Amino acid sequence: MVISKKGSALTAVVHLTVLFLVVMWTIPTAGLFISSIRDKDQLSTSGWWTALSTSEQRLVERAASPESQTQENGLWVIRGNVLGDSEGEVTRFGSSSLKPEDFAAGETAELRRGIRLQVMANGDYEISSETEMQGRRGQRIFYTAEVPPRFTLDNYREVLGAEGLGKSFINSLTVTIPATIIPILIAAFAAYALAWMKFPGRGLLIAAVVGLLVVPLQMSLIPLLKSYNVIGEFFGVGAKTYVGIWLAHTGFGLPLAIYLLRNYIAGLPGEIIESARVDGASDFDIFRKIILPLSFPALASFAIFQFLWVWNDLLIAMVFLGNNEDQLVMTGQLRELLGSRGGNWEILTASAFITIIIPLCVFFGLQRYLVRGLLAGSVK
Amino acid sequence: MADVKLTNVKKVYANQVEVMRDINLDIKQGEFIVFVGPSGCGKSTLLRMISGLEEISGGTLEIDGQVVNDIPPSLRGIAMVFQSYALYPHMTVYDNMAFSLQIAKVAKDDIDQQVRKAAEMLQLTPYLDRLPKALSGGQRQRVAIGRAIVRRPKVFLFDEPLSNLDAALRVATRMEIANLKESMPDSTMIYVTHDQVEAMTLADRIVLLSAGNIEQVGSPLALYERPENVFVAKFIGAPAMNIIPCTVQSTGDHTEVSLSSGQAVTLPIKTASSEQGKPAHFGVRPEHLDIAGDGDAAILEGEVSFIESLGEATLLYIAVPGMDDMVIAKQIGTIPTQRGDKVRLVANPERLHLFDENEQSYRTE
Ligand SMILES: Nc1ncnc2c1ncn2[C@@H]1O[C@H](COP(=O)(O)OP(=O)(O)O)[C@@H](O)[C@H]1O
Ligand SMILES: [Mg+2]
Repeated sequence: MVISKKGSALTAVVHLTVLFLVVMWTIPTAGLFISSIRDKDQLSTSGWWTALSTSEQRLVERAASPESQTQENGLWVIRGNVLGDSEGEVTRFGSSSLKPEDFAAGETAELRRGIRLQVMANGDYEISSETEMQGRRGQRIFYTAEVPPRFTLDNYREVLGAEGLGKSFINSLTVTIPATIIPILIAAFAAYALAWMKFPGRGLLIAAVVGLLVVPLQMSLIPLLKSYNVIGEFFGVGAKTYVGIWLAHTGFGLPLAIYLLRNYIAGLPGEIIESARVDGASDFDIFRKIILPLSFPALASFAIFQFLWVWNDLLIAMVFLGNNEDQLVMTGQLRELLGSRGGNWEILTASAFITIIIPLCVFFGLQRYLVRGLLAGSVK
Repeated sequence: MADVKLTNVKKVYANQVEVMRDINLDIKQGEFIVFVGPSGCGKSTLLRMISGLEEISGGTLEIDGQVVNDIPPSLRGIAMVFQSYALYPHMTVYDNMAFSLQIAKVAKDDIDQQVRKAAEMLQLTPYLDRLPKALSGGQRQRVAIGRAIVRRPKVFLFDEPLSNLDAALRVATRMEIANLKESMPDSTMIYVTHDQVEAMTLADRIVLLSAGNIEQVGSPLALYERPENVFVAKFIGAPAMNIIPCTVQSTGDHTEVSLSSGQAVTLPIKTASSEQGKPAHFGVRPEHLDIAGDGDAAILEGEVSFIESLGEATLLYIAVPGMDDMVIAKQIGTIPTQRGDKVRLVANPERLHLFDENEQSYRTE
């Protein structure tokens, strides 16, 4: 009984922790997503958590200019609607920035020189005067309005088109997909050899791979770029090419990939491999028909790692790719947007959400391979 | 035909430990050979050298008259059943059995025919489409055997195939393996186990190994009745044979020894006169010790210090004055003897064993 009590307490702690982590992860993501589909005016005045309630906004609108005044019953009148096409309800209004909330909707405000201003709850305003109004600029009307929530995909339309995110999205995929697949292919072969094939110097090779794990990649950026310059010149292409960055990411990813996969593959039961060998399978057969299918969890988890790392990478992209439209990746584009459109939250949130869509898809697509029990039934 | 011949076979691992020394063994086609010995004595190593999974460090291995030291496992005409079954977990039972044939690029129809035949033989037909994880332990074991059968090997190698099964299943599978052997009288089988019951029941000949050496090769009964040394004597039979230190008193066609407990015993075993006065080891199996009648001349006397009643038999643990170890006597059925009783024991002289100071048997035949 004591044990089961302890057990259930532990389970409760585990559940609470999981819940906490889920909340910690989900809330910011949800906030980002909600922000990205809100109307940009609403986004700038209230937080995303108020997205579903009507928001109170203080706005200013310039009435039509005196040129449009008409004469009615001996009064000069200018009419219009402060809300324009948008929905909402005006609660208060005023005529100067010092006193924007002086009057309730429906009241009449006395302005200078006998001019009167009346704003109704539906936004209709009427400016009237007994004498003809002068000037070319319209009267400014300050008003407070209750605006219902408004959701729109305009932000996405804007960033994908005008802000050039669509193109850099394609560029990022062009970098990331080969830079994930190539190292996995190489590493899987290497891992099998380092785990199950006997050859002289195997131990040293493994030690070298482990050693490379701790080499900071920043150290090799300049030498690598220099050699790319030479090689590019030889082939008559620039130093900054997609092939170049694929190889760079491959190189930087390989030590970890080989290390992880080797550990996993070395842990597969040796008797299965020996059994295949007795059955006449060559090393390549064993790799293809036994090792690869059984290593799926390890391959998938490394694929997720590498994909996220390359997708989120800025440094290597800055070094090995150009800054032009054809080569600028998402992270680079996002950085530029932060500089040029730093105040436009609707742009930043939409861009940010686009950048996390693919990693989310990759994760949810591959996570079903992260299963345990693949070896069940093979050995007891 | 499919004889297996080992000549001076040696195994040295990278750390320079010699785990097998000068193994000489002649296995005839159709024999069921069992390697038995305590854990770590090198049974698996020897089997794996025959299979080709382990390199042979010295000597030659011939299968079918051909030296195969440097031939890969798949070309030696062997099939192996591993202790852990080693099924391919991501393949169905059918694919597990078909794997070797697919690798060998056998025509699809032939593969199908052979797999189904083997499945029929092992009663696996209903399970052909299942994955190994959906099978019971015994069924997995049969799949592993089926995988060996479809290759139609000259030599079957089994490495402790039953050690993962529970006791009841072990007995059933043991009989299945015996039947399998009977249905394939031309195949040679080499079977590794540390369990002497398996060895005694299955083997045509037992090879008893200890610490990298062959202690004795022979039929199960030969090992039981004529152990060549103390190690074999103690390994075969349960409970183990009682070994009692003694000194040779007189030699000749019959040998007289005096036990450390004081009694003098005469055995119908021939010794040379040079053995006179030398220390030796007297052996008698617990099941051959009987409680003496009143007139009999006892070979051992002592006090019962512990009794184990098994129903079919009773084990008496007897403290004999002048001896460190207790003597075990196994009596059929239940007997009235109580703890603390003094007992006198007799044995048929033909059933007694005598080993010299180097623990080798004095029997020569
Ligand atoms: N790869 C290895 N390197 C060094 N020693 C080994 C190796 N494999 C087995 N041994 C040693 O060889 C001896 C025999 O092992 P093994 O054949 O597995 O025994 P068993 O009779 O239990 O099957 C053991 O003492 C073991 O420690
Ligand atoms: Mg073993």
